[in-house]
Amino acid sequence: MKINEVPQDESILEGLRRACYAQDDRGEYKVVASRGWEVERIVNTQATSALARALKEVLKEVRAGRLSPLAYHMASRQMDVPLLAANAKLCRWRVRRHLKPAVFARLSDALKARYAHALALSVADLSRTPGHTS
Amino acid sequence: MSDDAQKRPFPHRHSGHCESGAIGALLRDRCLDLSEPLWFGIGGGLFFLHTRLIKVGGLALTTYRVAPLAIVRNATRRLGISMRYERFRDPEVAGERLETLLAQGMSVGLQTCVYWLPYFPAAMRFQFNAHNLVAFAKDESGFWLSDPVFEDVVCCPPEALQRARFARGAFAPRGLLYYPEKIPAALDVASAIRAGIRSTCRHMLAIPVLPVGVRGIRVLARGIGRWPTRFGEAQARAEIGQVVRMQEEIGTGGAGFRFLFAAFLQEAASHLGTPVLSELSAEMTAIGDRWREFALIGAHICKGSRADLDAYQELAEILWQLARREEVLFRALKDAVPA
Repeated sequence: MKINEVPQDESILEGLRRACYAQDDRGEYKVVASRGWEVERIVNTQATSALARALKEVLKEVRAGRLSPLAYHMASRQMDVPLLAANAKLCRWRVRRHLKPAVFARLSDALKARYAHALALSVADLSRTPGHTS
Repeated sequence: MSDDAQKRPFPHRHSGHCESGAIGALLRDRCLDLSEPLWFGIGGGLFFLHTRLIKVGGLALTTYRVAPLAIVRNATRRLGISMRYERFRDPEVAGERLETLLAQGMSVGLQTCVYWLPYFPAAMRFQFNAHNLVAFAKDESGFWLSDPVFEDVVCCPPEALQRARFARGAFAPRGLLYYPEKIPAALDVASAIRAGIRSTCRHMLAIPVLPVGVRGIRVLARGIGRWPTRFGEAQARAEIGQVVRMQEEIGTGGAGFRFLFAAFLQEAASHLGTPVLSELSAEMTAIGDRWREFALIGAHICKGSRADLDAYQELAEILWQLARREEVLFRALKDAVPA
């Protein structure tokens, strides 16, 4: 890649620039700051919208009473059960159980505090989901 | 709480990759200035692995680089620099230790989780635990960081940094901080370069059975043409998106580290006085350009502007060619730098 071929497309970098390695006229490699490449915008958008879609699905399940608010907050932090379990220092099967609304409703304050800390939320926010309080 | 560590000037440099950038900055701050391509190449950073046995977010793992921290460990070992690595159980203790070191005027390498770093653009904050950066000062506004993939130094609130250092899961940093303890007076850069090149050749050519190196590229080539029939259109697109993201979106300097490696070969040619390395650098550049074409077609498939099965076959065809060309290149490289 030559320096003048380094893409400067509008991208996901919010005005920041990424370091690319490209060759100058004499063929010597230099660091060139790039505003982004359309390719990375496409694949990044694909990944972020997959996450957003999954989050919406979870929210629907929470509203329908099939999943607890914990499931929503887990998804909104881009976590799955193994990752949340690791961050809250709990067994996976316990986390899985706490995704059930009935079990979550009976959760002790200590466990709630633990989840709130792992998810960087307040204990009050842990029981809330957007557009709904329980 | 120490307030005696004020922000100071730091020899920050915009880098293609976090790990080679961070170790480079740590040593530049200690008056040893080597370029990022040299750190990357000496550390044996180039790699390829594609496997369905490990999943990332439900998608097959593809990586163009060696395991986290391997570049730091191997590059410093090959240069004879002794490093100190400290991990912590208690975040409070880790924070105090970091502040103590900064108050002594030291710069310190940190392993962090990108998701919790607030200065990253929102679209790039993914749960990834092996991002390396350098902390060099703390004042009332927070920790001053030289994050290699940013153009300038950044400031980070203490709570956010603590969270990023203690995120759990795969590659959990456990508060890891590292810094050089002893730098030899005379460095043998040439033999470190040779060791780095030989290790990269070994990784790309000679690891048996596993889907790594050139064989890994062939495994991907064989699989990719079948993805639409095997997984369905939507899943196939997601899988291709993942491959392209690992190549271009995370910090690679372009073309899955191939341009960074070409830059390394160019510098190595003059350090070792081996002109054939310049020719191999030119071929590596051409290979990198081909990887960029691969990414471009892949992105068109993801966007849906190319949905025909021919597009997948075209990707497979490019990969077969790339595997062949990289095999030839690394064999020539191995011969050019004998043990």
